[in-house]
Amino acid sequence: MSTAPTTVSDTDRIERSIVIKAPRERVWRALSNAEEFGTWFGANLKSQTFAPGQRVRGPITIPGYEHIFFDVVIERIEPQSLLSYRWHPHAVDPAVDYTKEQPTLVTFTLKDAPGKGTLLTVVESGFDNVPPHRRLQAFRMNSHGWEAQMDNIARHVGT
Amino acid sequence: MSARRGKTKRAGRRDAGLSAIVQSSEALASVFAALGDPTRLKLVAVLCAGGAFSIAQLTANTEISRQGVTKHLQVLADAGMVRDVKRGRERLWQLEPGQIEEAKRTLEVIGKEWEVALGKLKAFAEL
Repeated sequence: MSTAPTTVSDTDRIERSIVIKAPRERVWRALSNAEEFGTWFGANLKSQTFAPGQRVRGPITIPGYEHIFFDVVIERIEPQSLLSYRWHPHAVDPAVDYTKEQPTLVTFTLKDAPGKGTLLTVVESGFDNVPPHRRLQAFRMNSHGWEAQMDNIARHVGT
Repeated sequence: MSARRGKTKRAGRRDAGLSAIVQSSEALASVFAALGDPTRLKLVAVLCAGGAFSIAQLTANTEISRQGVTKHLQVLADAGMVRDVKRGRERLWQLEPGQIEEAKRTLEVIGKEWEVALGKLKAFAEL
């Protein structure tokens, strides 16, 4: 019964994929160039660089969230195939020192998809190490940021 | 569906929208609090194998005392994650999957946000 210590629990990670109709080098640039990343993600990362060990920080540009900072430490960069960083999900309270908490790890991977497309996968893991009260906060933040999708959320939460 | 115990609230869970989220927050907070301890996480992992376990089975090959395990199981029970069943004179513990499913659902919400982010990246890269 205690034979599987390495099993990752179902509550620890999120994985999502999407096929992008663009060549791998284009998707890689959108991911690995900090300014381009900021453009689609919604953060001002002008004149910053993604490099292993580098901290990258910039204000969120999504209306209503401008007081929040995109704040990550880049972990690995493998050109055209992998980019990963650590961050504290929804670290939104300026009064809280999140550096004492275990960050989650976000990993983007690229693969060729049929028709000159690119399969992009994102995995965020380490949620089991996020303190309980912060998990709930992350959940609240997400749901508030998702008013347009409220019906979907209600279906997830309210059944 | 078995009866829920302790502080778990069911009122309003079927309401649509924000109220459903607010209503379920308290129950979720207790689930995450219950999971936020390595011993209890381990107990849940063991119970995930399915079936009912005795305290003796749950403490086998561990350093934890019977008393300690009972205390942890009670916390999990209060969060609605496990329940005890009587078999003869023995008290066994088993998983109550409903609350754990709910914890998974919160991750689905965060996953949804990633879907939106990936959608934005796709639109950006396909320009």
